[in-house]
Amino acid sequence: MTAISSTITRPLARRWRHVIAIGALGAAVALYLALVGIVPTFEARAMISSVLALGETFVLGTMMVIGYLAARYFDGQPAMSVLAGAIAGLMTGSALTLLMLIGPAIDLRSIFLNASDSLYGVLTLGRGLDFLWIPMVGGVVVGALGGGLRILPRPIQKSIAAGLLSLVALGLFSNLLRKPLLASPFASIGRLLFASEGLTLFGAAVTLSGALGAGIGGAIGARFGSRRWGMLTGVALGMIGSLVIGLLAADLAPSALARPEFAALGGVLGGVIGVGMGGLLGGAIARRVSSLRLDRQFDALPSPARSAIRATPLIPLLFLVLVLPFAFGQNFAQVIVLVAIYILMGLGLNITLGLAGLLDLGFVAFFAVGAYTVSLLTSTSPFGIADFSWWIAVPFAVGVAFMFGAFLGLPILGIRGDYLAIATLGFGEIIRILSVSDLLRPWLGGPQGITNVPKPFDVPPGDPLSGPSQIYYIALICAGVIAFIAFRLRDSRIGRAWVAIREDEDVAEALGINLIQTKLLAYALGAAFAGLGGAVFAALIGATFPTSINLLVSINVAALIIVGGMGSVPGVIVGAVVLIGLPELFREFQEYRYLFYGAALMVLMRFRPEGLLPSRSVQRELHVEENVEPAGAPVGSSVAQIEAEREGDVERDSPYSEPPAKETP
Amino acid sequence: MALLEAAAATKRFGGLVAVNALDFSMDAGQIVSVIGPNGAGKTTFFNCIAGFYRIDEGTITFDGQPINGLPPDKIAHLGISRTYQNIRLFANMTTMENVLVGLHHHMHASWIAAVLRTPATVREERAADEEARRLLRFVGLRGKGDFQAGKLAYGDQRRLEVARALANKPRLLLLDEPTAGMNPAETADMTALIRRLRDDLGLSILLIEHEMRVVMGISERITVLDYGEKIAEGTPVEIRSNARVIEAYLGRGSAAEAAVERAAVEAAAAELDGNAAAAAAQSADLPPAQAGPGALPDVDADDADDADDADDADDADAADDTKTVA
Repeated sequence: MTAISSTITRPLARRWRHVIAIGALGAAVALYLALVGIVPTFEARAMISSVLALGETFVLGTMMVIGYLAARYFDGQPAMSVLAGAIAGLMTGSALTLLMLIGPAIDLRSIFLNASDSLYGVLTLGRGLDFLWIPMVGGVVVGALGGGLRILPRPIQKSIAAGLLSLVALGLFSNLLRKPLLASPFASIGRLLFASEGLTLFGAAVTLSGALGAGIGGAIGARFGSRRWGMLTGVALGMIGSLVIGLLAADLAPSALARPEFAALGGVLGGVIGVGMGGLLGGAIARRVSSLRLDRQFDALPSPARSAIRATPLIPLLFLVLVLPFAFGQNFAQVIVLVAIYILMGLGLNITLGLAGLLDLGFVAFFAVGAYTVSLLTSTSPFGIADFSWWIAVPFAVGVAFMFGAFLGLPILGIRGDYLAIATLGFGEIIRILSVSDLLRPWLGGPQGITNVPKPFDVPPGDPLSGPSQIYYIALICAGVIAFIAFRLRDSRIGRAWVAIREDEDVAEALGINLIQTKLLAYALGAAFAGLGGAVFAALIGATFPTSINLLVSINVAALIIVGGMGSVPGVIVGAVVLIGLPELFREFQEYRYLFYGAALMVLMRFRPEGLLPSRSVQRELHVEENVEPAGAPVGSSVAQIEAEREGDVERDSPYSEPPAKETP
Repeated sequence: MALLEAAAATKRFGGLVAVNALDFSMDAGQIVSVIGPNGAGKTTFFNCIAGFYRIDEGTITFDGQPINGLPPDKIAHLGISRTYQNIRLFANMTTMENVLVGLHHHMHASWIAAVLRTPATVREERAADEEARRLLRFVGLRGKGDFQAGKLAYGDQRRLEVARALANKPRLLLLDEPTAGMNPAETADMTALIRRLRDDLGLSILLIEHEMRVVMGISERITVLDYGEKIAEGTPVEIRSNARVIEAYLGRGSAAEAAVERAAVEAAAAELDGNAAAAAAQSADLPPAQAGPGALPDVDADDADDADDADDADDADAADDTKTVA
């Protein structure tokens, strides 16, 4: 809407200025990526085997996004869109060419270590400095493609973007995905899709076919009244179609797939067939489905049946979660345990910060209390005092953390806002200093910590449960239980009181809410959850070290709540996966991952300040906007309807109901 | 026996005496208004009753029980609820949730019961839900339970504040300028609602109001404050003709000014007598910034963490400023 009107109102010169600015931005980004060393470092890492390396992906991706953004100023003018994209792409590419012109001449290496021949090699696709024009031409072509993307109808744009993104995601995680696939009955498919590093060309074609199928199927489905069914069948048939072709080819002419042109051809052919079939069939299914009026039938079901149906997608997910450590290996399990521990802490802080609005930057203190309590009670080292099993020690850890939370909450009850953050910062430091101090060294072991914490299950080595995987299941169960408790609390009288305190402490008090009790409960429960996290952590590493207790933990927990969405339980889970899980999975990118981590945080906070999965009130606003979209899906009742029904509020359709007659004087 | 009684209640902010030796009394079932120029100490008096401020001298008793010094939540438990001059809803919660927070201390589920969702908790939540819905209907917000409170229309926000205060099941309701910023139609609606609160629910209502039509229309008694002191008390008819009240509102200006202003007052009075329709355009909302001359000590508005608390002090400041300019 706004884009169209801006095209009309903005003078031509100004629009070109914008395009130039975007091009300059692209140039800056490309130079940055090159000089920081991302491009040459990841040249060796294949995204699509023997076709596209990760380093190139960065450059090409930049060009494409820049081209797309530049075309924004010429919506509805196809030729101009392509031209704008090409020009912005050209600027991006020219910057790289310029770099190669200047770099060798003035010995740029003394400033930028990465401005080396290997970088120039990558930028000219290995052809050397005689081929300076390559980035420019590449920029024009890719930028024009990016601009051209903007001409396509919106759903197709989306599906292509989704396809390209899944290409990147699959390429990045190829190692992780390949291993379990090869071990499964679908090994042949695994070999077809994944090379030893990155996707095969054929795998890339399948991915794109799937995405395109989704777009076309969705578009056709929408005409028949159900975009969702069209998309589903489109994805499925697009991928299945090309997979079938691929499998056939692998059977009939195994050598053909080794040659890239045949592989690509096979994938594309399969894709075309799949997309065509997906579109048509998706449309047909959509028509059939919409004629069934499933939403009516769904609404007519009794409420337990409805929630059962809603929960069905969770079953395969649950299965996946259960087999995860066996499929992806112990290292992956360890990452997930870490995520689960952060989920525990996140859910804890979500009560103090997300619901009650009490910013606590010393949250790691309670984590430490939990970890040390378990270690003290279970350790077989001289520091152990009780020889409890982990299971008996956990309630103590949670209880002690609970008391610490209430105890530490007392002195800061009257402090608000920013001041509270600073005051709580002190706790974390006090606990950390105490844990390394000589004062408590006879009990807590000082810098060496407490070691020899036994595992919860005593299994012989070699047993599948011997490694981190047993902690994995324990952590998952703990996270599940705590998430359940957090859900219940949020929707209770106490939860409302917390939110009320966050919104306006004085008014909450004037409504009869006891601030002292309510705040202390928030501190104490938050601390108890973190204490459980600490207990799991102690079991995971079999020890507690003071080095595990640092400010960064507190900040990470606060950040994951904000990224996930303040006050939202699913948000905490998503936040932990994104902020804690992803960096662990990207270990191969060394320190560069923090570069992207930081950039991603900035982008997220700029464009989605409410977080990834915001709490209900914010979500409701978003849904109001979605419902305005004309292509509302008729299958499944809208969120508004569901909520109205849940609340039993049938009159909500009339926005301005008549006041009772008595009211008019 | 009087429901609410203040005896020589005094509240000082540094050198400023915001409420000075105020004697006040109201009976159950009455609608009583507190009026006065800006900075007269009306909201401060409310804050003292509600427990936001602790009075420096004197006593305030509610239903025979002294309440000065009690924290706001205890006072709320005794049965005093309030609304705010600048609307203070829980803006990011829904309309329903706002009212449910009001019901908080009439519910008893502990956090453990909430986690276990015991049958008692479920019953309680269901009853609270019903009660909240009933209250929303009562104030005319039927069907808006899912709306985000901060996004309601202005008049609806005022109504929601009333509903939330009612959820507390009060015996005494303190309304701080309930019609501020409303158009004539909304004002009429709100006036009717206030009357229903008393007639249908049997509440006693203490009201701060600038809109003279509202004040004169529904109050049984009026107390006039100026510079923290009570300068008049009586029925609307008595107050309207009280010389000190007119002076407080219009200032001890020059004779010429006074003549002009007297005309204005008479126009206002005429309007109050019932031909409201004719005079609807020229609202009787007397120019509030024209506080009379007289040394006002500088206000130390250091209560920065609470905008509302500092409101009165701010107003006093503003009055001071106007005076200097003039």
